[in-house]
Amino acid sequence: MSKYYLNYLDELESEAIYILREVWAQFQNPVILFSGGKDSILVSHLARKAFYPSKIPFPFMHVDTGHNFPETIQFRDDLVKELGVQLIVGSVQESIDQGRVAEEKGKNATRNSLQITTLLDAIESNKVDCAIGGGRRDEEKARAKERFFSHRDDFGQWDPKNQRPELWNLLNGKHFEGEHFRAFPISNWTEMDVWNYIQRENIKIPSLYFAHQREVVWRSGSWIPVSEHLKLEEGEEIHSKKIRFRTLGDITITGGIESDADTLAKIALEVSAMRKTERGDRSDDKRSESAMEDRKRQGYF
Amino acid sequence: MQLDNNQLLRFTTAGSVDDGKSTLIGRLLYDSKSIFEDQLESIENTSKKKGHDGIDMALFTDGLRDEREQGITIDVAYRYFTTPKRKFIIADTPGHIQYTRNMVTGASTANVAIILIDARHGVIEQTKRHAFIASLLQIPHLIVCINKMDLVDFSEEVYNNIINQFEEFSSKLLVKDIRFKPISALLGDNVVNASENMKWYQGSPLLSTLETMHISSDINKIDARFPVQTVLRPQREGFIDYRGYAGRVASGIYRPGDDVTVMPSGFTSKIKTIDTFDGEVKEAFAPMSVSITLEDDIDISRGDMIVKTTNKPEAVQEFDTMICWLNNSSARPRAKYTIMHTSNEQKAMIKEVLYKIDINSYAREEENKDLAMNDIARVKIRTTRPLMIDEYRDNRITGSFILIDDATHETVAAGMIL
Repeated sequence: MSKYYLNYLDELESEAIYILREVWAQFQNPVILFSGGKDSILVSHLARKAFYPSKIPFPFMHVDTGHNFPETIQFRDDLVKELGVQLIVGSVQESIDQGRVAEEKGKNATRNSLQITTLLDAIESNKVDCAIGGGRRDEEKARAKERFFSHRDDFGQWDPKNQRPELWNLLNGKHFEGEHFRAFPISNWTEMDVWNYIQRENIKIPSLYFAHQREVVWRSGSWIPVSEHLKLEEGEEIHSKKIRFRTLGDITITGGIESDADTLAKIALEVSAMRKTERGDRSDDKRSESAMEDRKRQGYF
Repeated sequence: MQLDNNQLLRFTTAGSVDDGKSTLIGRLLYDSKSIFEDQLESIENTSKKKGHDGIDMALFTDGLRDEREQGITIDVAYRYFTTPKRKFIIADTPGHIQYTRNMVTGASTANVAIILIDARHGVIEQTKRHAFIASLLQIPHLIVCINKMDLVDFSEEVYNNIINQFEEFSSKLLVKDIRFKPISALLGDNVVNASENMKWYQGSPLLSTLETMHISSDINKIDARFPVQTVLRPQREGFIDYRGYAGRVASGIYRPGDDVTVMPSGFTSKIKTIDTFDGEVKEAFAPMSVSITLEDDIDISRGDMIVKTTNKPEAVQEFDTMICWLNNSSARPRAKYTIMHTSNEQKAMIKEVLYKIDINSYAREEENKDLAMNDIARVKIRTTRPLMIDEYRDNRITGSFILIDDATHETVAAGMIL
């Protein structure tokens, strides 16, 4: 006799496909926010499944901070070509040059929150009414309260206390002109689920996720890669370490961990034994207790 | 860790901090190693700042700044943990009466509801409210945890009295499976490990019940319902004539060769193939996302439903339903709303409010018929075109709907069809 239930990965996959198809059916001009990180790669993979044998019907939108890992950009360009989708790039450098935002000053300056303006500008100028993201509820406490379909007002802002209730599988994407939605098809996936699924489906990911030798400095509890953007502080030394990255943000703020995990199976094993959250090595989240909530309210990913 | 046959179980916990709900969730997460060191550290720091002794587990479930500042839960928060046997999703909802809408939201997708009772206080109004919502939303399994047993000397008599209190009113509800557990979330008795202090209790601890309870039979496998989300027409080499109807199976089992009827048009055909990216499948059942191709060229679009010719839902324009009002602005008599039912959207009107229900006493209220936030009522709905409906108790997908206010686009009501 057949079993008439799905295992948990198949159920998560099916849920994500359902959400992606709802986005396609309910919006005029949706895009996939593509960062080159594993979560947005996963969303692209699921979108491919959702619309097969058609091509992915969404363009990819990338917010380029100018502080990327070169490997990420190469990976992005290869994938876009393989999938035959359109790529829209919003450039933080252009936002700076146009005077829309000013570069942060001081010791821990990053371009992280500058992305918000570039992202919202790109959404507005491309008339995007739904931006699909790879955010997951297990990532961060403010994200735990996100909906699958999350409303943004005409300033691109999120009002967490006034969210639409989301019942059963009924997703309400109705909006007025100028407003937009964020859709999160992998809301219910955990970091472990993502790795188990990437391994099962043998999904291609950037080499940065695998253990490799790299020049790094030790800063606020993790190994920050040496790059043209990194200014050495007093007492900091460059080391060569075998490291890998658990998440990929800007090269200036993403810390690596020492690791020998150089295959998907070894990564999954390593992640299952981790005692720190993956964003624990991201200095953008360490700024305050509500750092993520504050950025999300303004329109962050 | 590849968990090939492991299922996903969604449960909801309703209750207030006083019931020990946060402690219980904290313990499940902590004992299953789902709380990470940096999260724990951040909670420890905040607990210290607030002057608490030890760790305030509630801080772990409160995600928004206002919640942390005010010490209350405002919204549904989702939490995740995995054991070697299952993956779990917790919809953690606040228990206050003004948050009925959040409880209803969390309950709508749950396989199991956990209700917490403080052993010192027994059944209180809130207990009845939670049980009512579990029944209204037809959560298949209810686990009543009588918590803080350590504060009543682990007394079997106290436990049995509370069961009796609960059963006095739960006989009026429609819950198929109710189980009771004496626990101490604080000390861990009967949460993950069997209690040393309550040898008189023969049942299994909470976690092993959650890990092993049979949930796959909760899905309706009889009535085949496939709401069409979108039509796939690739228009590319190899697929020029391909026309696939994409959707997620709501219930029942579909196989190639099945005789099907498309509703509401009534055209009939046979299933040719059931496709996925990974290839054709021989069977599709809930909640699989697939695309179906038919033997005949029929005009089918979003909002239509493909069903088996031998088992069709009712196509109706007027029906009785329970609704929960979810919005700050009250229902306007005979006002028009957009109704969203599966992938089908129509205009609808609340034709008549029959009665409201007091969810603390379960009494009907027939005098005051104004629907305000958190009210639960039986109403008559009329739609401009037919909806293909089943009773909610038979089908949680084709028996449910939401109402959307066209002036604000907000979701104002959730409906369970009778």
